Amino acid sequence: MVTRLKEVDVVVVGLGWTGGILGKELAEAGLKVVALERGAMRTSDNDYSLPNIRDELRYVVRHDLMQNTARDTLTIRNNPSQEALPMRRLGSFLPGEVVGGSGVHWSGHTWRWTDMEFKVRSQYEERYGKNFIPADMTIQDWGITYAELEPYYDKFERVAAVSGKAGNLRGQIQPGGNPFEAPRANEYPLPPLTTILASEMFAAAAKSSGYHPFPRPAANASRAYTNPDGAKFGACQYCGYCQRFGCEANAKGSPHITVIPLAMSNPNFELRTYSWVTKVIKDSDGKRVSGVSYTNLLNGEELEQPAGMVLLCAYAINNVHLMLLSGIGQPYDPVAQTGVIGKNYCYQTGTGATLFFQGRRFNPFMSAGGSNVTMDDYNINWEFDRGPHGFIGGYNVAAGFNTALPIGYRPVPSGTPQWGKAWKKATAEWYQTAMNIGASGAVMANRYNCYDLDPTYRNALGQPLMRMTFDYKANEHKMGQHAAKVVNDIARSMNPTHLNPAVARTQPWTVVPYQSTHNTGGTIMGTSPRESAVNKYLQSWDCHNLFVVGANVFPHNASYNPTGPVGALAYWTADAIKNRYVKNPAPLVPA
Amino acid sequence: MTEQGLGRRDFLKGAVVGGAAAATPSLGESAQAQPQATTEATATGYAFLNFVEAAFVEALVDHMVPADELSPKGTDIGINIYIDRALAGSWGKGERLYMQGPWRLGVPSQGYQLPLTPAQLYRAGIEATNAHCRKSYGKTFDLLSESQREEVLAALSSGKLAFENGLPARVFWTTLYQTVMEGMFSDPIHGGNREKAGWKLIGFPGAIAVNRENVQKFRDKKFPVDPVGIADMS
Repeated sequence: MVTRLKEVDVVVVGLGWTGGILGKELAEAGLKVVALERGAMRTSDNDYSLPNIRDELRYVVRHDLMQNTARDTLTIRNNPSQEALPMRRLGSFLPGEVVGGSGVHWSGHTWRWTDMEFKVRSQYEERYGKNFIPADMTIQDWGITYAELEPYYDKFERVAAVSGKAGNLRGQIQPGGNPFEAPRANEYPLPPLTTILASEMFAAAAKSSGYHPFPRPAANASRAYTNPDGAKFGACQYCGYCQRFGCEANAKGSPHITVIPLAMSNPNFELRTYSWVTKVIKDSDGKRVSGVSYTNLLNGEELEQPAGMVLLCAYAINNVHLMLLSGIGQPYDPVAQTGVIGKNYCYQTGTGATLFFQGRRFNPFMSAGGSNVTMDDYNINWEFDRGPHGFIGGYNVAAGFNTALPIGYRPVPSGTPQWGKAWKKATAEWYQTAMNIGASGAVMANRYNCYDLDPTYRNALGQPLMRMTFDYKANEHKMGQHAAKVVNDIARSMNPTHLNPAVARTQPWTVVPYQSTHNTGGTIMGTSPRESAVNKYLQSWDCHNLFVVGANVFPHNASYNPTGPVGALAYWTADAIKNRYVKNPAPLVPA
Repeated sequence: MTEQGLGRRDFLKGAVVGGAAAATPSLGESAQAQPQATTEATATGYAFLNFVEAAFVEALVDHMVPADELSPKGTDIGINIYIDRALAGSWGKGERLYMQGPWRLGVPSQGYQLPLTPAQLYRAGIEATNAHCRKSYGKTFDLLSESQREEVLAALSSGKLAFENGLPARVFWTTLYQTVMEGMFSDPIHGGNREKAGWKLIGFPGAIAVNRENVQKFRDKKFPVDPVGIADMS
């Protein structure tokens, strides 16, 4: 027996950054909004406070703020010839599952993705010719430009309290910033975070090798701040507990201290927690959706929430899952290369070196989520000629610390025993005297990296799990070799006492250990319904009152963290809905 | 090995644990000045491990974390207590673990695929390791010499040891190793890291609240460590 509720204007599925931004904006525009969130309410005052928030075991190891894989997970495999098996516990990536979503436990690294990504196919074809792009690399232009998105990046940076230094203000290169970044209309809302010894040493070495290091922009407030909506931030305390934790200082830009409380204070907005959306309901004409079905996890009741508009704002993976479960759009088939839903799943790759310096004191427990120094010389620098190296995309190189807590972070030189007195001695000697240099690399789309519904395994509500097929391809391996050499050259120039060098990855992608929560694609944006699931306004090509918001719309993955464009696109979509769609509910781009 | 032998051994072991607790190495001044908050989790006695398992875990943690000038030994830090509480608690019982079949081992890149909760894995793994020890040395792990224990752990950790009952030895080892590290370095409210011995070993300050000034003040300088745990701030 399904309980049918009263129709509302908008139903938002999932309440993290994107749901919070859209919920707030549309409620303020006078629409009646209901947000359905599978997780529980958590607040800074009650949950992310001292001392209980400082618990590495609870939050890092046991995933207290993350999706509960006992009731919903995915199946995984490296290629279509393998049998996919369930990811029985989290590892490689960590979707959040509370009010605030992954925006609670992120580190705040906030980048502006540029036309280097948005025009990826056309730019590489123009410079290197069509044959430079491998036949199975299904990269495509995004259908949006940096210039269109620039004001929305600016908006998101101000809301999220991003600290940084502009490198390009309206075309003028600025000392101290990233000289390769695209032009910005404004400086960052806050000055950069205090640099730490590891990042300073890296910066000096990178500079003397001719590179262009700069402080990483991060939504960690470098001083007390009030955002344009009036949300108050404390100053970052460099507490060392950032990634995987909520911030007790309210210094990390997070939806649960910004857009969500503002939405909740609006009588047009209603939040229902413990509400697990199972399906988007297609209207009888197939051109619209009429609402969503969900289960109240407190009593198992199935409900139907009719709505004039549905916004999928869950974690990127779960948005794609809902599209497949709802039968909206044609599922992607990697063999026939037909369909779009599930296409172009991408991840990230990386490599890193550990440098040991007898006599230095890095104090790895004193750091912000973003107190890193980064260089983009092999990333968004189009001067870097990929031709001789044969890869597309790039990688950023960075050094610093982020959440270097002792269950997970205890560097020792290679060859150190894993236990016993020698292990203890090395652990004691090197915890504070080691630092890392890491490279984070892009992953280009490949026809065989995709999602579909698993034929065997089911979630706690009896629905098929989503199946992820993913592995690194030659492009990533070539990039990894280049990155490892660059990292090791810089590391050696610093004359460490010992070096655990960076090694290019050659093994298949594995579900353990943690790598990054930067899963992209599956319902990609583009210029035509043949090649994409949503248009540039993240509006479904199939059902015009359905918007799918999140990194699931990225046609490929860059080396950068995804939250910058995720936040910017949420504001961009909110404007398109408020200013255009509400007045004329129809496709915003002709198919 | 007889039942009698086991019982006597555990009686003696109990006496040693009691004695060790009484003889905890002298604390830093501040730790003495601030009485430790006592919680259920730090009490001795076992909620999950049986006698054989307790003997195994105690021998394991004392072998992996031996006493020296850097720290007390594993049982004196409470790593065995941490492991017991973890296995007895929700994690040990499989909270957040997807436990629906069908069950296949798959390939290593697919991660954990056993139809066992962590507590069940521990139980089966100890049984299988002891079976291997009895076969190779005629004794259970806890009665082996230091060098024999070292051989067993080397075989477990390198994947050279294959259990006869089909339990994947490397999977057991991964869990074993991870829990020993958790018991040494997690907050003392979870039962291990007693007197913050793990944190003191590496100079980790614990649940420290603010470093805004320290981040510059102690740049490339030793930070005077007097670790603080959650219980100290509660």
